[in-house]
Amino acid sequence: MEIFSQLFNALPGSISQGLIWGIMAIGVYITYRILDVADLTVDGSFATGGAVAVMLILNGCNLWLAMLVAFIAGLLAGAITGLLHTFMGIPAILAGILTQLSLYSINLKIMGKANQSVNVNQTELLVSLRWVKEFAFHNPLITVGLVLAIMIAALYWFFGTEMGCALRATGSNLNMSRAQGINTNFNKVLGIMLSNGLVAFSGAFLAQYQGFADVKMGQGAIVIGLAAVIIGEALFGKIFKNFALRLLSVAFGSIIYYIVIQAVITMGLDANLLKLLSAAIVAIFLAVPYWKKQYSQNHIRKVKGGSKNA
Amino acid sequence: MLDIVNVEKTFNPGTINEKRALNGINLHLDEGDFVTVIGGNGAGKSTMLNMVAGVYPVDCGSIVIDGVDVTRLPEYKRAKYLGRVFQDPMTGTATDMQIEENLALAARRGKKRTLRTGITAKERAEYKELLKILDLGLENRLTAKVGLLSGGQRQALTLLMATLKKPKLLLLDEHTAALDPKTAKKVLDITEEIVRKDNLATIMITHNMADAIRVGNRLIMMHEGQIVVDVKGEEKKNLTIEQLLQLFEKSSGSKMTSDKVMLSK
Repeated sequence: MEIFSQLFNALPGSISQGLIWGIMAIGVYITYRILDVADLTVDGSFATGGAVAVMLILNGCNLWLAMLVAFIAGLLAGAITGLLHTFMGIPAILAGILTQLSLYSINLKIMGKANQSVNVNQTELLVSLRWVKEFAFHNPLITVGLVLAIMIAALYWFFGTEMGCALRATGSNLNMSRAQGINTNFNKVLGIMLSNGLVAFSGAFLAQYQGFADVKMGQGAIVIGLAAVIIGEALFGKIFKNFALRLLSVAFGSIIYYIVIQAVITMGLDANLLKLLSAAIVAIFLAVPYWKKQYSQNHIRKVKGGSKNA
Repeated sequence: MLDIVNVEKTFNPGTINEKRALNGINLHLDEGDFVTVIGGNGAGKSTMLNMVAGVYPVDCGSIVIDGVDVTRLPEYKRAKYLGRVFQDPMTGTATDMQIEENLALAARRGKKRTLRTGITAKERAEYKELLKILDLGLENRLTAKVGLLSGGQRQALTLLMATLKKPKLLLLDEHTAALDPKTAKKVLDITEEIVRKDNLATIMITHNMADAIRVGNRLIMMHEGQIVVDVKGEEKKNLTIEQLLQLFEKSSGSKMTSDKVMLSK
């Protein structure tokens, strides 16, 4: 019983974190699902977003402007990966790793050291974990929830435009896209940029929420993003067909991921094992569709053999 | 309409896999010409089409479409002038997208893609009418994902997409080869109808000699990266498969040995 009340107490915090990471996971969805590229830049660009926002806020910058600049920093990081991939012909995964590595140095340079804190008592912030149980507009549940809703609406609109359709076509079929006059390289760069912009934006929220930015805050972010995408699809894929709802399911996936993590920690799991657990979950979920296919192929073979002998 | 001038292409030059695919090829198409292309495997038929479409760069020579030298233009820029249908039904459509979305993408070929809506209500009504003509029941499935369609339905859709915005030149790369005979006939009928209606200059590669003779106003045969037979007008109309084989032997100095060509007699 005590575990349940502990869990219930921690719920607003888990949901807030889930919402913030949900923005990041939607960024991952854009590359991984729409563009069909596994982009590992995100581990670096997430921290870049946090670092840029925190440094701007410490220097008295307007909070929303700081968020915007963090978003733009993410766009730039994505542009680098995109150009490494399309202009220099480096495989997407490796291009992402190269950018991610170089961002580690850049993030250190932005902050001047490995981490920088913003104290909610001294500085005004958009979100903070101290407010998760307050009944007010600045409660992260409301602020981040609203931003997420606006973002999903904006993405839904964008992917319905001529430009957005061309981006989706690029992810679906490169040959067809080129035959229909779509500049596939441009669209790959655009998609990776947009994705990393959102990831950095999410990092800017998380840094404020937890009160600091750290060069390592994005470590393993891609795995959390993928976990959110996969959980969302597994639980809501059958009922959420509309594009906006699919994005929403990614955000739900992220929230569920954080609630589960909170639950296993409350039940006494060694926190050091968390990343191992996350990786294992993602690996298993990625394997399931493959195994299903293997199984059904074997199944068909048996039936065919049977009818021949009959 | 199209000029291919002295185009050469060698794949994997300087390696053990070196393959001379096009050996100084020349071809001129007039407006409204419908050319069928036959030839054995490795004769360079697909390579010629891919050179026109810009899939690979040429080694030397030039390609001019309707007065525009496209030799140095990338594939996606040449698409403005071209409609293309491929052998593999999977290649021509975006499977994760809806039928109407695929058509809308094709309707914007050669135009700048802006932040305007990707498909308008007016277009939807137009597409419904166009799909009715195909007579494949697709007009009631506008929002179905293309991945759910059969190979024949996809080829018909790709054909519609290729000609939705009237191209200068239509390139058909064995677009009925992967279909069953009945569906292949249906897709070929639709092809002829569309080409006749819009008076499109067309190049169609086929392995079926009877189709090659029956369809179009001109027939070329390729061998080892060159055009060895070029028959037009009345002469083509009166052609028989036996004559075609003889023509081939005479001009190439060898027997037509491709199983596929022999079998499709």
